[in-house]
Amino acid sequence: MKRISFYIFSLFLLLGLLIGCSSAPKADKAAQDTSKPAAQATDSKDKEITLATTTSTQDSGLLDYMVPIFEKQTGIKVKVVAVGTGQAIKIGQDGNADVLLVHARSQEDKFVQDGYGVDAYDVMYNQFYLVGPEKDPAGVKNVKTAAEALKLISDKKSTFISRGDESGTHTKEKSIWKAVGINPEGEWYVKAGQGMGATLQMADEKGGYTLTDEATFLSHKGKLGLQVVLQGDPLLFNPYGIMKVKSTKKSDSADQLIHFFVDENGQKLISEFGKDKYGKGLFVPSAKKR
Amino acid sequence: MNLNLSFNDNVLSVILLSLEISTTAIIIGILIGIPIGALLALTRFPGKRWIVALVYTCMGLPPVLIGVIIYLMLSRYGPLGSLEWLFSPQAMMMAQSILVTPIILGLTMSAVQAKEKLYTEALKSLGATPWQAAWTIIKEARKGIFAGLGTAFGRAISEVGAVMLVGGNIEGHTRVMTTAIILETRMGNYPTALTIGFVLLAISFILNSFLVMGIIGNLREERNYW
Repeated sequence: MKRISFYIFSLFLLLGLLIGCSSAPKADKAAQDTSKPAAQATDSKDKEITLATTTSTQDSGLLDYMVPIFEKQTGIKVKVVAVGTGQAIKIGQDGNADVLLVHARSQEDKFVQDGYGVDAYDVMYNQFYLVGPEKDPAGVKNVKTAAEALKLISDKKSTFISRGDESGTHTKEKSIWKAVGINPEGEWYVKAGQGMGATLQMADEKGGYTLTDEATFLSHKGKLGLQVVLQGDPLLFNPYGIMKVKSTKKSDSADQLIHFFVDENGQKLISEFGKDKYGKGLFVPSAKKR
Repeated sequence: MNLNLSFNDNVLSVILLSLEISTTAIIIGILIGIPIGALLALTRFPGKRWIVALVYTCMGLPPVLIGVIIYLMLSRYGPLGSLEWLFSPQAMMMAQSILVTPIILGLTMSAVQAKEKLYTEALKSLGATPWQAAWTIIKEARKGIFAGLGTAFGRAISEVGAVMLVGGNIEGHTRVMTTAIILETRMGNYPTALTIGFVLLAISFILNSFLVMGIIGNLREERNYW
């Protein structure tokens, strides 16, 4: 019996040694690399946090652009989990992430109200476009508001491809249908259950309309025959929120990441993102504490 | 976690569609694979080695590659675009047929070949005509063929990449068990995802039990023969 506990003890000792060896040099390196706030993080475990976010922030390339800058400034490593907004929020509820960056205001508010999230900020917004085939069979180009447009589509029973996956885009789409007072149903209303890119392709193939975020549409534009048939309705604004998961054990690092996104510097980075490639920024900064 | 709660009509229709698509694919695979497989096993001709090698290669075709190719063919701008089959159950049956036919063909071939070695001489000495001999050998190989069908069905029903691409996971139209699991997980509905996963597991278990029984039966028979 004594021998067994001796072995177990030495095993733990060995493990501890290994962990100590593998993490210590990293921390040293981070401290050398960065001139300033690396020392703010309390211990080495705090140096890796998980950001649960929606596919749109990753697919548009925003995170690939922002996260390395943050990592370099602070020495905190960010693991990005890009999923649908529904799952991102669920991941937050289960305590499997430290920070959420999502775009479904009603679900975000519920998340904070239910006590899962704190320190929620508006970060930025972009636009949704209503896109459709060039021929525009429902005549959507003649109207100015999203509500009128969806009413036309449903009256004419033109094909409409819905994300159907409880994502931020799907939540937005449902809120507009609700505002028009139509419960979309029937052969013409297709629930794709896929990501934005796949949904756009499906709309293109089937000659249907769909609601898309600006960033994904712009990045797919050359490959699709779809056109923007409606934009500029305030109802089609797409605000992103960032918030801390209340149960996080890495509160300091989480705060740093949130502040990085909403501070003057981060906001400037956001406004510049995509300008070189698309001629205009993909996101409009709009930091505000909720 | 109450799994029964999430087992509603929607889930049932998803399960039925899965079974329908995979069964159709298997039937197509049987019609093509068994005759050709048996023929390849029972005949000899120059270049046969190459065809056999090709069949074995196709047995390991990555489903997602089949998906991409079918997608491009059925796409509006593709050669079969006029069929308007993209994002339909037909497209999914097509993809799964291409997936399972080489498997059925290859496993039929090896099952028949194994029996051929055992029986040909005996049948000849008993005065059987070539057709009678062939039919008897195929009948004797039926357990191996059934095992092949089980394997093929398991591959088809648990495949996700191709059916997602060519079916599009449309609710009430092309959503099957595997694509539903992905969607439910992405939406954070873990209980529903798990429920469907268990059904898939159960179907796979039943199939594999048949498979294992077939293999054991085969072994026992051979022992008796010797």
